[in-house]
Amino acid sequence: MAAGSTYEPIATTTLGSTAASYTFSSIPSTYTDLILVVRAALNAAGDIYVQFNGDTATNYSITTLYGTGSAAGSTRFSSQTQALIAYYGNLTSTLGNTNQIVQIQNYANTTTNKTFISRGNNAGSGLDANVGLWRSTAAINSIKLNNSSTTFSVGSTFTLYGIAAA
Amino acid sequence: MANTFELIASSTVGAGGASSIDFTSIPSTYTDLAIYLSARQSRSEVVSNTRIEFNGSSANLSCRYLQGTGSAAVSSSSASYLFAASPANTATANTFGNSYIYIPNYAGSTNKSVSWDAVTETNATGAEAYLVAGLWSNTAAITSIKLSSLSSDNFMQYSTAYLYGVKNA
Repeated sequence: MAAGSTYEPIATTTLGSTAASYTFSSIPSTYTDLILVVRAALNAAGDIYVQFNGDTATNYSITTLYGTGSAAGSTRFSSQTQALIAYYGNLTSTLGNTNQIVQIQNYANTTTNKTFISRGNNAGSGLDANVGLWRSTAAINSIKLNNSSTTFSVGSTFTLYGIAAA
Repeated sequence: MANTFELIASSTVGAGGASSIDFTSIPSTYTDLAIYLSARQSRSEVVSNTRIEFNGSSANLSCRYLQGTGSAAVSSSSASYLFAASPANTATANTFGNSYIYIPNYAGSTNKSVSWDAVTETNATGAEAYLVAGLWSNTAAITSIKLSSLSSDNFMQYSTAYLYGVKNA
């Protein structure tokens, strides 16, 4: 990819204090796709989830293909109130030891449900490639990051990029 | 908006091959690094492995990977290396493998986690897909990257690697 202006930062944050969640709000609809890069830690190892537009209904599902370092498998989580973005490639309590990258396709259209692909990477417990679905035709204008533990640690970084087709 | 995805350096292997592809003097002015690698190795096999090292150190590297062989999916790990597959010299002629390597916060003061996706499709048995979670347990900023053959073979002519810097603002 040659240097160009189609891959642009929308927002980024590095937590200065612990937080139960973090939300990207007022996401502009001017891009084609979104990329979310997570480099975070929790007070105890656990999962990380996304919710869109504040929707807490059972409109999320995810199918994961994972490797643990000794086994490979796949499973599905249907009718969830939030969507995992990593399964075995989830967070630890050590900042820098994991990363999660989420690609959300055609996020601003108002005709189709929204799908995303994510990669979770945790060299200590495993990795995964996931496909997620939010059953809503609304344009995504906010993304909330939740976790299964108590808080995201200080220094956790969340960055949202937009990709413009033209 | 800022232009956030910028080419830092690139390398194309010439006639005779190369034992490694090296990126040095990587500036610390970006947030993340991305590498696009197209490679084929000289090893007399269908598939070989490409390893990555940082700052001239081969220590403190580890990975877990998910490997699709065309007939099965398996997962394994290494406590010594961070690597993924590339086609080698007995693979279908003129076929190179693709890798996408992403390194968040490469200049930060924490350990460095790595996401690596690789394919070696050759329209034949032995082709593989790799998803890799890697870790360099070192808090130094990454200033150089070495890509080489895990079996000490060469990258063949026409292998290419492009290093990009990604800015979050």
